[in-house]
Amino acid sequence: MATVEDYVARIEGTCGEEKDVIVVFKYDKKDEAIARILKKAQLKNTIAGIIFELTFQDASFRVYSNGKAIFRSIKNKQELNNLLANLLL
Amino acid sequence: MDIQAIRQDFPILKRQINNNPLIYFDNAATTQKPRQVIDAVSDYYENHNGNVHRAVHTLSLEATDFYEKSREKIAKFINAKESAELVFVRGTTEAINLVAYSWGLSNLRKGDEVLVSLMEHHSNIVPWEIISKLRDFTIKYANINADGTLDYDDFESKFSSKTKIACLSHVSNVTGIINDVKRIAKVAHDNGALMLVDGAQSVPHLPVNVQDLDMDFLAFSGHKMLGPTGIGALYGKMELLEKMGPFQGGGEMVKEVEFSQGKGCSIIWNDPPWKFEAGTPNIGGAVGLAEAVRYLEAIGMNEVISHEKELTKYAVERMQECSKVTIHGSLDLSKKCGIIPFSVKDLSSHDVALICDNYGIMIRSGYHCAQPLHQQILKLHSSDRASFYIYNTREEIDRFVEVLKEIEHL
Repeated sequence: MATVEDYVARIEGTCGEEKDVIVVFKYDKKDEAIARILKKAQLKNTIAGIIFELTFQDASFRVYSNGKAIFRSIKNKQELNNLLANLLL
Repeated sequence: MDIQAIRQDFPILKRQINNNPLIYFDNAATTQKPRQVIDAVSDYYENHNGNVHRAVHTLSLEATDFYEKSREKIAKFINAKESAELVFVRGTTEAINLVAYSWGLSNLRKGDEVLVSLMEHHSNIVPWEIISKLRDFTIKYANINADGTLDYDDFESKFSSKTKIACLSHVSNVTGIINDVKRIAKVAHDNGALMLVDGAQSVPHLPVNVQDLDMDFLAFSGHKMLGPTGIGALYGKMELLEKMGPFQGGGEMVKEVEFSQGKGCSIIWNDPPWKFEAGTPNIGGAVGLAEAVRYLEAIGMNEVISHEKELTKYAVERMQECSKVTIHGSLDLSKKCGIIPFSVKDLSSHDVALICDNYGIMIRSGYHCAQPLHQQILKLHSSDRASFYIYNTREEIDRFVEVLKEIEHL
């Protein structure tokens, strides 16, 4: 059974007041991860097919075709894990 | 200065990132390494590796020779009076911590004051805050003008007979502004205080002469000047290093550890710089840093800064074509190194950095370890930063501006 860890290589907090969270997908799984996310989340905007601005369950985030996603206003690790599980699995 | 020839020395610059040629504009964080440095470190480990100062066998003697000659080379680069004034450390952060703990714990007490500017990197704030809790002295913070330049009047007015040390970066890691550390050092000395300079962003980019600038301490990192990570240096005037106690205990930093019944343990410290280098040092790192110094000297530090200023001028002009891009801090290029902090309207700094990454352009986003400067002075939540070095070109800046213009349409 697939898990979030199958797709996610690393989660990094950023510095700056925004406190964004950057999710880095595993290189060999990034295309699959992005495809799954695009299938489930609502697409708000796309730029040149490399940046996808999305919403899902009240969360807004951007996915980059190089295999990274930036999530905003995430309260804690549990919330992010739940969100990623719902998007990826 | 033949940039194309220089670029050939850097293997990583041949890389593609996200199907684009790598454009590396995060040099204030760390620099790329030329083949000469990589080869020098490999050669040391392949042919000469041994532990220093410890044995009489050939490899130990060779390693010691490499290590001490590296110290000599780097000490001359900053014009120290003698190589023993240069202590090898992990980097700027450890160098400042060394002074804070070794000098600060013994010399600072209640009623004393340490003077620090608000533009400092956290590594020149946090060690002093930690020590102030242990010794109960006061830290005074000197103001910065709205354009990110040092408020010299405020800094100088905060000196008093209570001031024991002034701590200031030579070049801001956020704005690239060059501070007149010679002027502040003179005021510090006139008030009986010492002067510590954070040279992390100046030693790699400008000619730095510790005797002319009359610094008491200078801290800098190898990895920001083409050298390996995990190696840096603290310069200290010999008369100060001689009086200071050790920073860490262990082998190498002692002459004698004698134990006698009834008297216990009696220890005689080694002489500077070894008194401050407990345990096996980063010998390969020191060799790599010395090779980096050789590389920079072959170019010439005046050439280095002149190239960076020329690139900065060009980048500022081109970035000003972008209607949503704001460049922060003073644009007086006569007092600035190759660092440009900026923001793009309506986008977070991390978004801008991630989009640039998509195009193979590496820039930094966030506070750049200088939260007080961002919040108190620049009034920013965070910023993006492009920073240049010897291998960067105008063509790379053109590509960067093209990407910024695309970002504006988001």
